[in-house]
Amino acid sequence: MTPVHPARHLLRAKDLVDARYREPLPVARLASTAHLSPAHFSREFRRTFGEPPHQYLLTRRLERAAELLRNTDWSVAEICTTVGLRSLGSFTTSFGRAFGLSPTAYRAAHPPRQRARIPTCVLQAWSRPQPSTFREDRPVGAGLASSHG
Amino acid sequence: MLKQLTNVQVWVHDQDEALAFYTEKLGLELREDVTVPEMGNFRWLSVGVPGQDDVAITLMAIPGPPVFDEDTRQKIQELMARGAGGGLFFATDDVRASYDELSKRGVEFLQEPTEQPYGVDAGFRDPSGNNMRMAQLRQ
Repeated sequence: MTPVHPARHLLRAKDLVDARYREPLPVARLASTAHLSPAHFSREFRRTFGEPPHQYLLTRRLERAAELLRNTDWSVAEICTTVGLRSLGSFTTSFGRAFGLSPTAYRAAHPPRQRARIPTCVLQAWSRPQPSTFREDRPVGAGLASSHG
Repeated sequence: MLKQLTNVQVWVHDQDEALAFYTEKLGLELREDVTVPEMGNFRWLSVGVPGQDDVAITLMAIPGPPVFDEDTRQKIQELMARGAGGGLFFATDDVRASYDELSKRGVEFLQEPTEQPYGVDAGFRDPSGNNMRMAQLRQ
């Protein structure tokens, strides 16, 4: 059998973020998915995908939040908790840094509209905020889920 | 003029593993499995959706020399493993039932069934990292 490329294990962890971003995702769980120690995992994830895992998780959550702001009438607080963030203040700050607008202003600027049949994976990939355009609200410890809680 | 699309190709890192995944987990059927000794044991392997006989999916091993130099082969392998390869989109009549069934068979989903303006879709990968989707389109 052909050996699996090491990046494939890291992709499995990245996919877990995409699938389970609503849940607490401690780095140990992601590292376990990739069959690596937490410290080695974080280094290798960054080397492979260009950003650390906690940042990928945050941008995925913000991308999902932006989508819910555009396409639902849910409150900002509901959206915050739905995407796995626990602190409304941190969410508002991170969202503003990522998109340049508060969640409320973002919603007002992006009313729902008819779209082509663009699959979710494409929408997620193309509308995820660029991590270089903002920084995180607080330093992150070992637990990813608590970074914005 | 072109008349028909007959084959699409995805790179796979291991053809045996890919065949097991596409047939045993996804439920596709084997179409062709031919090994050609005079071509360095090149293996033409294809599968298809039962009932859709005119389109096959070719599960192509990433070749080394003389097709690709070793560096190119390794780069394709790495890009595939990073999830930067291509993908296939399938249709289903009941995406949630398909999600349950494929999950039981061990398919790893990266997106649970999600409501979209056009229907409900879900996403998963094959063992090589190819992006797979299935959608239940709104009538």
